[in-house]
Amino acid sequence: MTPAENAAHFRQRVEEIKAVYPDSRSAIMGALHLAQREHGGWLPPEALEEVAEAMELTPAYVQSVASFYDMYQLEPVGRHTVEVCTNLSCALAGAQSVVDAFEQELGVRAGETTEDGAVTFRIVECAGGCGSAPVVVVDHRYREPVRAEDVQEIVEELRG
Amino acid sequence: MADRLTVLTGAEGHDLSKLEQYRAAGGYASLEKARGMTPAELIQQISDASLRGRGGAGFPMGRKLSLVPGPDKRSGPSYVVCNADESEPGAFKDREIMRRVPHRLIEGCLIAAYTIQSKNVFIYIRGEYLAEYEVLAAAVEEARAAGLFGDVEILVHRGAGAYICGEESALLDSLEGKRGQPRPRPPFPPVTGLYSGPTLVNNVQTLASVPSILELGVEAYKQLGVASAPGTVVYSLSGNVSRPGNYELPLGTTIRELVFEHGHGVAGGRALKAIIPGGSSVPVFTPDQLDVALDFDSVQAAGSYLGSAAIIVVDDRCCMVQLGLRAEKFYMHESCGKCTPCREGTRWLVQLLQRIEDGHGRQSDLDLLRTVCDRILGKSLCALGDFAVYCVASYVDKFYDEFQRHIDLGGCPFGSHSSIDGIVAPSDQHAHTAMPDPVTA
Ligand SMILES: Cc1cc2nc3c(=O)[nH]c(=O)nc-3n(C[C@H](O)[C@H](O)[C@H](O)COP(=O)(O)O)c2cc1C
Ligand code: SF4
Ligand code: FES
Repeated sequence: MTPAENAAHFRQRVEEIKAVYPDSRSAIMGALHLAQREHGGWLPPEALEEVAEAMELTPAYVQSVASFYDMYQLEPVGRHTVEVCTNLSCALAGAQSVVDAFEQELGVRAGETTEDGAVTFRIVECAGGCGSAPVVVVDHRYREPVRAEDVQEIVEELRG
Repeated sequence: MADRLTVLTGAEGHDLSKLEQYRAAGGYASLEKARGMTPAELIQQISDASLRGRGGAGFPMGRKLSLVPGPDKRSGPSYVVCNADESEPGAFKDREIMRRVPHRLIEGCLIAAYTIQSKNVFIYIRGEYLAEYEVLAAAVEEARAAGLFGDVEILVHRGAGAYICGEESALLDSLEGKRGQPRPRPPFPPVTGLYSGPTLVNNVQTLASVPSILELGVEAYKQLGVASAPGTVVYSLSGNVSRPGNYELPLGTTIRELVFEHGHGVAGGRALKAIIPGGSSVPVFTPDQLDVALDFDSVQAAGSYLGSAAIIVVDDRCCMVQLGLRAEKFYMHESCGKCTPCREGTRWLVQLLQRIEDGHGRQSDLDLLRTVCDRILGKSLCALGDFAVYCVASYVDKFYDEFQRHIDLGGCPFGSHSSIDGIVAPSDQHAHTAMPDPVTA
């Protein structure tokens, strides 16, 4: 698709989301999820502008909403994301050793992206998998439980 | 009861995410029964069954239903909103319900909609639950295609990562396409909720419990659980326990039975140090409280809250200052920033706890901790502020000696051997939370 076709397609999809709500503004979260998917996992300024235009809202408003929620990324991310929960139940089950293993294996600190752009590594709050802790979320899919000794294999899989 | 479907019990060995199998297990019979009754009769049954909300506050569902004005007393549409934002640390029950018995939830939503004569149901599911969203959305499609909706529409709406959106008024703002910040109340949602219309907000498990009331009948339902809170509840058991997981049991099961019989005791046979009975947001219990029954009133009488029935087991390797610090970093991170006591107070608490843990605490810091807690408690717009205090204040109260030893030793008495030593939180990975010390600054 050409950029113009892409843009038209995006607006069309947002119109569909808007149509299911009594008030079209409710579609903003769906529109942001969609835009983030189409922009490689984050929301560059032009993505926020596309959403603003399709939603008939100002870019500032869209930015204020996007910045409120943890899942909307306003900084570039790698091709993959790895998230480790370190909230209470995961912490008690040894989450820090999993964090340490990822930092070592990836060569980055939590919150950073590897130099080759392959993986963004983050720490997250309770993911709702406390009964099978520690929880790791790879590209939005849960892996639970993950132990420090499983980390190397996950990283190899992602670096493929 | 064992093979009869309640919420999760009876679901073993079937794929109840499929309509056909759910129907074979008796599913959607309650919906049919409900539609054969008048809304007033239904509200009466749910009230008589004393079904209490499973989302945290234990508010009677029947009373909430009766607060929603009927079609003749309202000018616009009314709404049913299912709270599927489950983000309380320790809770993972709604997730399993949506994944394994999505039609149970859909059936509950349709009955609730019929009860308040609403045509619009929204299920607000936390954004991280992607697999569950897919299962639930597919089940919604299947039920709609089978003609079960009548003139009702169900929409599954994905959140995007914010604990505060589990608070019902913040959830409604979020659903309206805004930043998810709590609203001043009153008015409460049953009167002025989504799009300013009357709105019933209930938790996933509350709604998924409604079908069994109609199936069993009120009297049989009330045989389960305790008089003040009948029925079953799904306890989420996690932490240092041999068999963590979700256990659906009658309300009023003791901590001892849950942890030692169902959970097979503390992992590795270690000594029990603490039990958090309702998710990270509630006051902690000590091992002498194992016989407390896990129902709303009994837990409250013992000084805590059942909350989301998420039980976290803590063994003797864990430093309570570290646990408090990790919990408080969560509340600081999740504070929506709308009111000062919560926004600023959670930061103060993090800084004080960090200082004590690092060995720079002064004697006066222990009093200061309590003072800061007092300044937040009851002075915030929503309960998140209180949650941020309940945990830490109870750790200080119940493990005072351990806090005192940090001051006396000028460091952590565990050395580096606490089970959660060095645990890093999301707030640590953002540079902007490098904060000046409010006490020395
Ligand atoms: C900070 C905060 C977070 C909450 N999170 C949730 C949640 O994730 N799920 C939920 O059902 N209720 C949550 N609640 C409670 C809701 O505000 C509300 O009481 C509940 O959804 C009502 O449903 P119920 O009566 O069926 O329990 C939260 C409350 C607060 C203050
Ligand atoms: S108490 Fe905290 S989370 Fe609740 S409204 Fe105030 S700042 Fe926001
Ligand atoms: S504490 Fe990690 S998933 Fe809940």
